[in-house]
Amino acid sequence: MKHKLSISCSKSNLLKIRHFVADQLVSINLSEVELHKLVLAVDEVCANLIIHSNHCNPTKKIDVIIDLIGSEQIQFTIKDKGVSFDLNKYQEPSMNEIVSSGRKGGVGLILVKRIMDKIEFSTEKNYNICRLTKNLEK
Amino acid sequence: MVKIDTISEENYHLIQVNGEIDASSSIELDAALKEASENTSKILIDLSNLEYISSAGLGVFISYLEELKKKEVGLVIFGLKEKVHEVFEILGLQHLMNIVETKEEAVKAVNEA
Repeated sequence: MKHKLSISCSKSNLLKIRHFVADQLVSINLSEVELHKLVLAVDEVCANLIIHSNHCNPTKKIDVIIDLIGSEQIQFTIKDKGVSFDLNKYQEPSMNEIVSSGRKGGVGLILVKRIMDKIEFSTEKNYNICRLTKNLEK
Repeated sequence: MVKIDTISEENYHLIQVNGEIDASSSIELDAALKEASENTSKILIDLSNLEYISSAGLGVFISYLEELKKKEVGLVIFGLKEKVHEVFEILGLQHLMNIVETKEEAVKAVNEA
């Protein structure tokens, strides 16, 4: 079953995105901790797209699609038309590097990679597509 | 979204964080930590009413670690809900920050630092 939210690129919409994800996942009986982690991973990707790819331009939109594949897998697809992200060029910084640099960013994608089982970035028909897959424990 | 109160106690500042910290509200945590770090050498952060934190909020904490160490300012965090604690653990922040369960433990830890 697929559920879709289309929303403008404003940081204040992150709360609505989190509520949308949590509401759609209610039916699959995840623990509070697991649900929180999945909501977080989607929030991280959306925050990156809103801030970096679309520069918080509220006339731009992102789509969040949740696909529950039986009771075994959840797939989140996040689409936008902003500046695309090249995962191949992304080098994960170490925590020591981040701490010593004193910078505030840099851990979002690390969280997504550690929470999800698979992350894919692609471009299709002018859309940048980020697909996050989580396999559920039986 | 988030409500942050700073209380000046005897020999430390207590920052109480309530609600959710994400990319739109992390600036408020940043302002509270900046203010405390300039006015005290001991900071306690009560996260018992924090329901959600994303990398933007974690990034604020991380960005102060080096500076506080240099200024010899003690920072202890306490009261994390399990779901919030899990996010700190995913990044291994429990090894980089002083995180305890109760306010009593936090007061003890910050005074021993």
